[in-house]
Amino acid sequence: MLDFIWLIPLIPLAGVLINGFFGRRMPLKVVGVIACATVLAAFLLSVGAVVQLAGSEPNADGLRIHEVGELDWIPLDAVSVPWEFSLDPLGSVLLLVVTGVGFLIHVYSIGYMAHEKDYARFFTYLNLFMGMMLTLVLAGNMMVMFVGWEGVGLCSYLLIGFYYDKPFDTRTGLTCADAGRKAFITNRIGDFAFLIGVLYLAINFGTLTFSEISEKVTHAGPGSHALLVGVGILLFLGACGKSAQIPLYVWLPDAMAGPTPVSALIHAATMVTAGVYMVARMSALYAQAPEAMAVIAAVGALTAIFAAIMGTAATDIKKVLAYSTVSQLGYMFAALGVGAYVAGIFHLMTHAFFKALLFLGAGSVIHGMNGEQDITKMGGLRKKMPRTYWTFLVATLAIAGIPGLAGFFSKDEILWGAWSSGNKMVWLTLAAAAGVTAFYMFRLVYLTFWGRFRGGDEAESHVHESNNLMTVPLMILAGLAIVGGWVGFPNSFLKDAPFIHSFHHWLAPAIADSHGGGHGAEASHSAGVEFGLMALAVGIALCGIFLALQIYKSSSLPQKIADTLGPVYKLVRNLFWVDELYNLVVLRPFYAVCRGFRWVDIHVVDGLVNGTRNATLGLSYISNLHDRVVVDGLVNLTGWTTTLFHRMLGRVQTGMIQTYLSVMLLGVFILIAYYTLAG
Amino acid sequence: MNPFGDQLLNVITFVPLAGALVLLLLPKEKNELVARLATAFAGLGVLVSLPLWFAWQSAPTDGHGFRFVFETGWIPSIGARYIVGVDGISMLLVLLTTIMGFIAILSSWTAIQTRVKGFYVFMLILQTGMLGVFVSLDLFLFYIFWEVMLVPMYFIIGIWGGKRKLYAAIKFFLYTLFGSVLMLLGIIALYFYHQKVAGIFTFDIRYLQAMGTWAGWFDLQCWIWLAFFLGFAIKVPMFPFHTWLPDAHVEAPTAGSVILAAVLLKMGTYGFVRFSLPMMPEATKHYLPWALTLCVIGIIYGAMVAMVQKDWKKLVAYSSVSHLGFCMIGIFALTADGITGGVLQMLNHGLATGALFLIVGLVYERRHTREISEYGGLWKVMPLFAVLFMIMMLSSIGMPGIPGNGFIGEFTILMGVFALPQKFWAVLAATGIVLGAAYMLWLYQRTMFGELSNEKNKSLKDLNFRETATLVPLVLLSFWIGLYPKPFFNILAEPVHKLVAQVEQTWQYPEEVSVLTEDNVLVRLEDLKETAPEEGNEVH
Repeated sequence: MLDFIWLIPLIPLAGVLINGFFGRRMPLKVVGVIACATVLAAFLLSVGAVVQLAGSEPNADGLRIHEVGELDWIPLDAVSVPWEFSLDPLGSVLLLVVTGVGFLIHVYSIGYMAHEKDYARFFTYLNLFMGMMLTLVLAGNMMVMFVGWEGVGLCSYLLIGFYYDKPFDTRTGLTCADAGRKAFITNRIGDFAFLIGVLYLAINFGTLTFSEISEKVTHAGPGSHALLVGVGILLFLGACGKSAQIPLYVWLPDAMAGPTPVSALIHAATMVTAGVYMVARMSALYAQAPEAMAVIAAVGALTAIFAAIMGTAATDIKKVLAYSTVSQLGYMFAALGVGAYVAGIFHLMTHAFFKALLFLGAGSVIHGMNGEQDITKMGGLRKKMPRTYWTFLVATLAIAGIPGLAGFFSKDEILWGAWSSGNKMVWLTLAAAAGVTAFYMFRLVYLTFWGRFRGGDEAESHVHESNNLMTVPLMILAGLAIVGGWVGFPNSFLKDAPFIHSFHHWLAPAIADSHGGGHGAEASHSAGVEFGLMALAVGIALCGIFLALQIYKSSSLPQKIADTLGPVYKLVRNLFWVDELYNLVVLRPFYAVCRGFRWVDIHVVDGLVNGTRNATLGLSYISNLHDRVVVDGLVNLTGWTTTLFHRMLGRVQTGMIQTYLSVMLLGVFILIAYYTLAG
Repeated sequence: MNPFGDQLLNVITFVPLAGALVLLLLPKEKNELVARLATAFAGLGVLVSLPLWFAWQSAPTDGHGFRFVFETGWIPSIGARYIVGVDGISMLLVLLTTIMGFIAILSSWTAIQTRVKGFYVFMLILQTGMLGVFVSLDLFLFYIFWEVMLVPMYFIIGIWGGKRKLYAAIKFFLYTLFGSVLMLLGIIALYFYHQKVAGIFTFDIRYLQAMGTWAGWFDLQCWIWLAFFLGFAIKVPMFPFHTWLPDAHVEAPTAGSVILAAVLLKMGTYGFVRFSLPMMPEATKHYLPWALTLCVIGIIYGAMVAMVQKDWKKLVAYSSVSHLGFCMIGIFALTADGITGGVLQMLNHGLATGALFLIVGLVYERRHTREISEYGGLWKVMPLFAVLFMIMMLSSIGMPGIPGNGFIGEFTILMGVFALPQKFWAVLAATGIVLGAAYMLWLYQRTMFGELSNEKNKSLKDLNFRETATLVPLVLLSFWIGLYPKPFFNILAEPVHKLVAQVEQTWQYPEEVSVLTEDNVLVRLEDLKETAPEEGNEVH
């Protein structure tokens, strides 16, 4: 089965062809079933492949990896890039998450999109996304990954702009199509850096195959240190675009313009984690470039806290979750930056479970509220939507880091990774962000599910729980959000249980660790410290929860706090005016320069061309004039003179014989007179 | 696989002309018959050009890398001969020409309603002219085809064009003619200098290319290079010689724009590859920084001006300026990857931009306006059109995999340019990728997305069978080049490596070459081949 991993992306792409060509003529049910079936098939094939991979013999480095790729794709002089796919433990985690969670979201979408008229288009895009995401995950080299990388970006663009004729954000006047374009362009800016990084790698190492790059950078020697740091930062900039980190995070909140299942699948569980995945893939390179890792850790930690703060003031249920996603991605990058790769990927997985669940739960709420997304108009939905409520609560507890749930284990591992690698500032930032996370999540739960309904009686009567197609995936994901973390039990507990730390053992060989040994090594010597820090983090989270519950219990207190904070609140509420800043500093000058160039083009460049024409015409005119006045003038003068003479002489020729005779007689007289006088 | 033997290129070149002659015999009221017959002849043109592809590997070369060579005497008194032949580069361009010519003619059935017969006659004559340029191996013959091509294009713009057709047609004609005349001076100078050194009066490109290995004529080389440069740069067009292009594109009828973008612009890039680089490598290297600068300016400037266009066709026209800058920077990188990418990108640009002009034409035919603000929300009424537009737009902005051809070209070019010691050329060029996405997506959004607010757009019909048939081949070819470009790389490997060897020759072995030329020995390409790298010389 491992030899057929290239089929995994192709199966959903077959769904694209079927639904794309015939979807509009097929019954809705068939379209949905085809879409889901292709993803299910991909999932089953993935499970088979991963099981087989687990049973295969590891190579000399202890890594189980399977590579296929005989088909040449871009055979260049500098580097030859084949169509290459590979599966290793790192890829297997993503593979199972993408196909598994993806399948659940596909099923959910059948219910969620039931009333849409563009049903087939939606599922075509969704399948295309799956195909591209799986290409990204299974890619054996950077270019195949780039196909998936750009492909998911395209699907993101198409799906954000799915309601292409609808407005989206009244505050900024953005339409859904604008939001999609913004996502694409922001990503392209990151991709620009990524591509330059790829060029450096290709020129210097002559290969873009992941396994060969790892091999070569490890033995690159100190001479190429600066190069590796530079490449590391360039690639990370690409990841910043895809995974919405500072400074390129601005597109993700607006990506919420897409249908909610899309937000769950693409903008929470899978695509946005591609940057994390890519950086983890290049771990061998980053192991040689600690400076680049420091940058990643700093950017990740800053994004984590910054986005979490923005999440506290948003009132759109999906935007709260969007900022939460940005923040959680920050956690993952911070983990990678401090060298805790396994923890980062672990968090990627648990985050996929609980964040997909949160988004799908939000979708269920929006569905039940007939499209309302403003949490200030919700409240008390607990009773009306019990399944949604309970699953949502589970996910909230998971993300808040309550012990026993998935998010706790992964977040704890990240925090421990930051602390144990000596990055105390990163730890502090992330721990603070954990408190803020707990706060905004419980704020969200409170405003949505608890308290009184604030949307009016008319709206209240229509609120309903969603159907099974939507709630069953919620419940499955809730189960995963609880147990999903157990594969990564910290070493300090239950030392002898069989599944302890299985995640770590599975993944570790796929990661080149700069700190030699990583998480497992320190665990023995500092179990006490680890336990203490864990308790501290849980305490911070509980504080956040307590604060949220206290504040939002009262109906007037939130407003009062907002008034007291004044400008600070305004700053947060307006998202630090980052969009406005970018608009002012980047976009406006850019358009001004564009218009300037257009002016130059018309008046200077083309002006010279037209000027040449006019000058030529002017010269021609003068030549013409010269020709007519001087040259022709001389000719005419000759003619005119002749004519004059002719006229003068013409007068003489009267044709009257008497005149002739008279003149002749006169002549004779003159002659006679002359000779007489002269003689 | 090749039923025509060594006459293949003659058949390919003159089938359209034969079609034009047949059309002339028809009564001029039979518009439909004329259009169908013209399409049939263009289709025949595609069919007869297919042996180029399928018989390529089995065809013998003439020792200079050219295949299907046909040679006969022509004007003995000046040494001009009738020689046609193709290498990998020109072969692909010939195929592009026959295919795009067919599609352009097919797209005109309903668009052209006046003087129908004349239009198709000119289109077919144009076709012969363009093919002649690509297959000529004699500089004199090349120049004749080069000029012949101008005339039908002039009439196509001037008669069937838009409101300012006369201005555009005359500008196009004079501007290009200006460049061509300078090029003619260059050709004559080359011709006489070749005679002076080698003692032979010849226009045979294969012999003239050997001049690239001569040393000692650097000053003259520079002058001739500049003359050729102007001729080609205007045709490409490179910044700042590009302003005829937006006017010509905007005013030309759809078929004219398609041919202009897909094939005519490639004449300039082809000229650099065929003449400037191999014949005058030292001058090429001398002027390289300037040429690269113009390329980069073209990429960025063209994209930024495209960003703020209000006219759909003008936007695509400026995007051509940007994309051709990309082609040229690849070629001027003078590395195998760069030149391969440059040539590939010529094809990709032909497919993508040709398709984009078809697309503008399709809505123009329905609404008779090119103002972007007149459109919006077209996806609702023309979904098939929207999907095809989307795919070709993605091709244009270099999306990998979907369909991916533009990406293959851009990546190959960037790889080639990145091999230069100065990395900033590649970095600057790569900004075109971001800018390209910016203006194209915005165009797409303004026309296809949004509400269907304009009443006049509400009853627009989606594409019919014929219209779909004009776009689908381009989509399929784009996917082919995007997903499995290997055959194209294989075909290009031989001529590109030969070219790189020719360009590098004088720089690497200057002493050796100067010895050769002091003895007034004509360095034939056979001798050159021994020093050329062997890799890539065989086609797989």
